[in-house]
Amino acid sequence: MKLRHSVKELWFGAMLACAVMLSLALLTWTGFSVSTILMLVVSAALFLAWLRLEREQPQPGSLRRHSVDSRAVVFTAATGLATFAVVAAVVIILGNIAWHGAGQISWRFIFGGTGEAMFDAHRAGIFPMIFGTVALVFLMTIGVLPVGVITAIYLNEYARPNSLPVRLIHGAINNLAGVPSIVFGLFGLGFFVQFVGGGIDNLFYGGQLHYRKPALIWAAATMAVMTLPVVIVATEESLRAVPNGLREGSFALGATKLETICRIVLPEAMPGVMTGAILAIGRGAGEVAPIMFTGAAYYLAHLPTHWTDQFMHLGYHVFVLSTQSPDIERTEPILYGSVLVLLALTFLLNLAGVLVRAKIRARMRSAHG
Amino acid sequence: MDKPILQIRNLNFWYGLKQALFNVNVAIAPHRTTAFIGPSGCGKTTLLRCLNRMNDLIDGARIEGEITMHGQNIHTPEVDVIELRKQIGMVFQKSNPFPKSVFDNVAYGLRIQGVTNKAQLTVRVAESLRKAALWDEVKDRLDESALQLSGGQQQRLCIARAIAVEPEIVLMDEPCSALDPTATAKIEELIQDLKQYYTIIIVTHNMQQAARVSDYAAFFYLGQLIEFDATEKIFTNPSNKQTEDYVTGRFG
Repeated sequence: MKLRHSVKELWFGAMLACAVMLSLALLTWTGFSVSTILMLVVSAALFLAWLRLEREQPQPGSLRRHSVDSRAVVFTAATGLATFAVVAAVVIILGNIAWHGAGQISWRFIFGGTGEAMFDAHRAGIFPMIFGTVALVFLMTIGVLPVGVITAIYLNEYARPNSLPVRLIHGAINNLAGVPSIVFGLFGLGFFVQFVGGGIDNLFYGGQLHYRKPALIWAAATMAVMTLPVVIVATEESLRAVPNGLREGSFALGATKLETICRIVLPEAMPGVMTGAILAIGRGAGEVAPIMFTGAAYYLAHLPTHWTDQFMHLGYHVFVLSTQSPDIERTEPILYGSVLVLLALTFLLNLAGVLVRAKIRARMRSAHG
Repeated sequence: MDKPILQIRNLNFWYGLKQALFNVNVAIAPHRTTAFIGPSGCGKTTLLRCLNRMNDLIDGARIEGEITMHGQNIHTPEVDVIELRKQIGMVFQKSNPFPKSVFDNVAYGLRIQGVTNKAQLTVRVAESLRKAALWDEVKDRLDESALQLSGGQQQRLCIARAIAVEPEIVLMDEPCSALDPTATAKIEELIQDLKQYYTIIIVTHNMQQAARVSDYAAFFYLGQLIEFDATEKIFTNPSNKQTEDYVTGRFG
């Protein structure tokens, strides 16, 4: 009991020390910015909590406190420090963006086009980028879900477990997940734009240029390949969780394998499929490298109207703003605003996925009793 | 015995290299209940699962010998395993209702046979639930989840589901092993009733249950069929010493 008490105290001590140091550091770097103030508030809260702990100390005359194991001290301090660093990083990043970006948010900024005033904070809008990002994520999801789910079904329902092809495919999936995203960009350019796009042009358009160019659909396809592992792994996991008794019950009634999968197994695995989709959306909404060569444009006067059009993208726009601006002072607010909108959009897209999954789960709960 | 509906001849079965059944010969009489009894691991469930070819799903399983239904070998290529399973239904040890409504559970087999007419489905679901002695308990909650039913009700639902597709034979793999005595009594009563419509083969650990519900009993030990006869004879005057020891509770 006593030991735990002391360890708890150390925890607070470590966090308090961290918070105070961070506050001081922020004060020197940023002055009285929102992050500094936030940090000071956190420090104060920790200090108050620490004081309360102090008051819970045993009174004199009660049992003596145990000495604290030095390893426990070091370990507790280290874990506390690490945990706190993570929380602090999130708070500082989000706080900073929200603080600087909030002022830029306006009706005109969200729903306006860029025009020539791309780098001017008072005139530029980012609607084309929001539109492009949403369109990209939408097409990517349509592309990745069927392929990922069907692959997972093959691996879990049809292939012999642990056979050579299954192990090879799993190896490939793991490797695919580890490929740097810029490599996906180059792959997309080589495979989708040049090879597939060029092939379509040669076959159907007599060599005329229609598909052999960066386009929304190629960017979405590239992104889909990149997010494939997440969807496969999540779906496989949820398929594995479906009890075998349900499959056997279905087979025993004379159902074929396909009927069993479509009517029993897949509906049970749906929340897992949605988890895969959510993870894919989360990754797809934020990645820039895969779309740089495959569809994203620096500037377009019009919204894309066809999937062979190029598009503007929030993440790519942030890259453009931060590297191409002639006057960074005037561009900085757009930069912050765009990043804030990108974060909010990613959050909203994720939220949509989570809500759909919650709805499926609720329907299943009523079926599960 | 009438002309057997199902005839098992010289059946050997292997899981990989391990032989689970040795030269088994059993004839199943129509509209009777046959019980497979014996200690754990004696192969009775394996044999049961051979009859609707559920063992086809197991990797490395190998079967030798002959099982004929109405004289037709069920392992020949002309026999469609899907059709076979429609004629030989199965109820499992662990009740496995689908996570769907009570109605959809019973209608499942009919729907995959292509019955889509709502009125027809309703009639046949009600009929199956009545046959399974479950109708009175669930008639007002057909849209509720099957998983909300009690364990005994779930098992009777699985029986209703199996008989909804009008099989000729119903296989039951220790259908009461997870149920309390009241629920067990209901299922045993049900088995007696169902005999007029179906041929029933039941695997059970419970000697009293075998004695109560079955007309014929087959005693297995270590993958061998030791004795197969009328239940009365098996329990009162077995010809084999091992059978006698087992049914009187001296081992197993």
